[in-house]
Amino acid sequence: MTEPLLCDLSAPGRVAMRFPEPDVPLAELPSLLREDLPLPELSEVDVVRHFTRLSKLNYSIDQGMYPLGSCTMKYNPKINEAMARLPGFALTHPLQPIETVQGNLLLMYELQEWLAEIGGFAGVTLQPAAGAQGELTGVLIIRVYHDARQDFKRTKILIPDSAHGTNPATSAMSGMQVVELKSDERGNVNLEALKSHCDETLAGLMLTNPNTLGLFDENVIEVCRLVHETGGLIYGDGANMNALLGVVRPGELGIDVMHYNLHKTFSTPHGGGGPGSGPVGVAAHLVDFLPYPVVDIIEEGDEELPPLFGLVRPKQSIGRVKSFHGQFGMMVRAYTYLRMHGPEGLRMIAEHAVLNANYLMHLLKGHYHLPYDRICMHEFVVEGQWDDAPDIHALDISKRMMDYNLHPPTNYFPLIVHEALMIEPTETESKQTLDRFVEVMLEIAREAHETPEVLKSAPHITPVGRLDEVKAAKELVLCCGVGSPSD
Amino acid sequence: MFVPHTQKDREAMLRTIGVSSLEQLFQDVPAAYRFPDLNLPPAMTEMEVQQELRSIAASNESMEDLVCFLGAGAYHHYIPSVVDAIIQRGEFLTAYTPYQPEVSQGTLQAIFDYQSLIATLTGMEVSNASHYDGSTAVAEAVSMAHANFRGKRSRIVVSPALHPHYRQNVRTFNRSELEIVGDADTIDPAQGPEALEDLIDQNTALVIVQYPDFFGRIYDYTQLAEKAHAAGALLAVAVNPLALGLLTPPGQFGADIVTGEGQPLGIPLSFGGPYLGIFATRLEYVRKMAGRLVGETVDNRGQRAYVLTLTAREQHIRREKATSNICTNQALIALAATVYLSMLGKHGLRQVSELCYHKAHYAARSIGALSGFSLWSAQPYFNEFVVRCPVPVEEINMRLLDEGILGGYDLGNDYPELANHMLIAVTEMNSRDDIDLLVDVLAEVSND
Repeated sequence: MTEPLLCDLSAPGRVAMRFPEPDVPLAELPSLLREDLPLPELSEVDVVRHFTRLSKLNYSIDQGMYPLGSCTMKYNPKINEAMARLPGFALTHPLQPIETVQGNLLLMYELQEWLAEIGGFAGVTLQPAAGAQGELTGVLIIRVYHDARQDFKRTKILIPDSAHGTNPATSAMSGMQVVELKSDERGNVNLEALKSHCDETLAGLMLTNPNTLGLFDENVIEVCRLVHETGGLIYGDGANMNALLGVVRPGELGIDVMHYNLHKTFSTPHGGGGPGSGPVGVAAHLVDFLPYPVVDIIEEGDEELPPLFGLVRPKQSIGRVKSFHGQFGMMVRAYTYLRMHGPEGLRMIAEHAVLNANYLMHLLKGHYHLPYDRICMHEFVVEGQWDDAPDIHALDISKRMMDYNLHPPTNYFPLIVHEALMIEPTETESKQTLDRFVEVMLEIAREAHETPEVLKSAPHITPVGRLDEVKAAKELVLCCGVGSPSD
Repeated sequence: MFVPHTQKDREAMLRTIGVSSLEQLFQDVPAAYRFPDLNLPPAMTEMEVQQELRSIAASNESMEDLVCFLGAGAYHHYIPSVVDAIIQRGEFLTAYTPYQPEVSQGTLQAIFDYQSLIATLTGMEVSNASHYDGSTAVAEAVSMAHANFRGKRSRIVVSPALHPHYRQNVRTFNRSELEIVGDADTIDPAQGPEALEDLIDQNTALVIVQYPDFFGRIYDYTQLAEKAHAAGALLAVAVNPLALGLLTPPGQFGADIVTGEGQPLGIPLSFGGPYLGIFATRLEYVRKMAGRLVGETVDNRGQRAYVLTLTAREQHIRREKATSNICTNQALIALAATVYLSMLGKHGLRQVSELCYHKAHYAARSIGALSGFSLWSAQPYFNEFVVRCPVPVEEINMRLLDEGILGGYDLGNDYPELANHMLIAVTEMNSRDDIDLLVDVLAEVSND
């Protein structure tokens, strides 16, 4: 069953890829020459089969529903892949003269404009490489904004206890002091707790809305007002933007800066953990702080000539956050996706993401404990435990789901729910698929009570069973030695 | 559009939920802001959108039309067909980060293969599962070194010959905590690494150099590593991994951290991204390293298996105490590099790096012989070199573009003292005829 490692497949003398012989006179090789290069030696057939066999050990969206909460595992349209591979995009160099890449710059300019329109912002940078880097960019913008106003006391960032782990990590990386805010009994930001922290040291608040419980914060307007009144800014974690497309513009609610995840909301593929792309939108008072470069019109067009797009540096820019212009290939995919949807299509995405989540929540309610019983947005959280099935944990339920050919939901997050199972179906799942999901979940709930050992020993049909994670961390085998210097 | 619901499905689902319309599901959203009219272009079908995107792409000039001598951190190399065939497989393309190892062994083992190949290539003991790109990998090296000394050493010595974007990035992410020295405008970039030695003191956490450096030069950093270590500091070397097919790996110089831009390993230029951030280090620093890491273990059936390990370093566990806020890496791009290195292997990587080397040297010798042009440095180089030009680089590049050639990088953009200096990159994609054509056009410039 186990697939060999590349190094174990290697056979001395085997060659997959040949290049033409040099057509220029040979130069003397440098003295800094490596003695050996013990990379594997394989044939093309070896390579293709190895990776094809590996691929079959993965679960993927192309295979079935992937209801990971907070990850927005929606279907990734194939047309996006084809467009990103057009030679006119894929074979352009990032440092070409701008006159030769007007197509790329137009695409980036329009994507900036569209994301700004969707989020209700005055400006957008496409540079950040992923959501976490977008967050870091956003928090740095907040910090530099206060610094530019000589307001150096503002070092405190408030973060609700339901937030993604990246929020506190990002704030700490930006040199901020993190203060956790409790949620109230309806899952909203606790206004009394917030008021007690609103003082002249408040730099800002990081708000995920809908939050990680899948709930739209009913106090959002008041939260933004309180923080603004004190001189602080609101950072919006846009990871959950899929619920809000065409429904509400975060900028209009009072969010000052927010990142988007192109790999969640705008369907660029997750790729087994990247590449992502995390553009950041800002309100008018923060536009000058955006990282450089941003794309802008540098010469207006006229009746005969189109406008000339170029790369510009905002006046008080926080600096560069990535080399070149960001994850351009992801921008092409997101642009294609947006172009196929239009305003009505976007709203349809959010409506059906929310419809699907509420449908599942409704059908699971009563079988799984639902800690916050309200209309949810694109996702919801149930508890993966029962008082009358004391040995069973969320993890056991998740592992058992694999035996039914389903990917489990997110486990143990958010931290404020015990044994959390966080479920996000997305809009691309049909009623039939959702009904089957519910059927499996109810069957597992029954098994949990009647035959709990089936859950404890799950999964049974996957390529590997539960892993010894302690051994992995203790013995630390992190790479395979390939060959030896003597061969 | 990708919503599969029929009208009948929708109605049944709303009934089950107990609401009468989709709008009712959004009652928590403040009414005044609900359902705005978005000013966006109307929806297109796949057929139309393909035409639209083709027409936008066609308004660029790409390497389909141009001969490329532009590098400066991103290179036009040949990509074996197998690479794209593998990374387009939905099983890899549409999987999430492998948090559930039982259904993610494909991604996990491929990352383990990647870690193994990168460790071998760089001569280091351990590689992580990747960072975003070459620039953010350097920024992570700075954070790691700073954390390694628990914040007690605040000086970072940076070579002026480190890619300007990488240096800008380090400054963006370290606004006040660190003192970054070595690359001030007053320092002559022509100097070699020995010029950095005097800047290393007991307060230095990290020394950062590039290999080959931004100007294409190759230096033996053994002495610099010794000086850094004597002061208790770490040495980071940012590499072009393709050059390591030929050159001594930095692990042998005593580098503590090797970062790199992985783009030359089978990743298309794609206007600057997505690329691949390589990060390798010594085993003793593994717990200080950011980013995902895959380790080998066994499952409950006794089979060898792979899993994300040392996750206690990461943000979703440690929150504000984490070494980094990273979650996503560049898994699919790391897979592309893994497939590329598997396809080229021991012999192919050496062959392609030698091709780059020989072709670059042929080009440099020919251009250096032209009147008005000269080579800026006598230092050995890999596939990139700097040429002093008789006229502004921009002017030359316009001439070259008329001949279908994408000329080199104008170093005056980043180094005022290097106005009229062009950084030229040559790869296996450039035939002798291409190079001769470049030399002919430059000869015309020098004769004007």
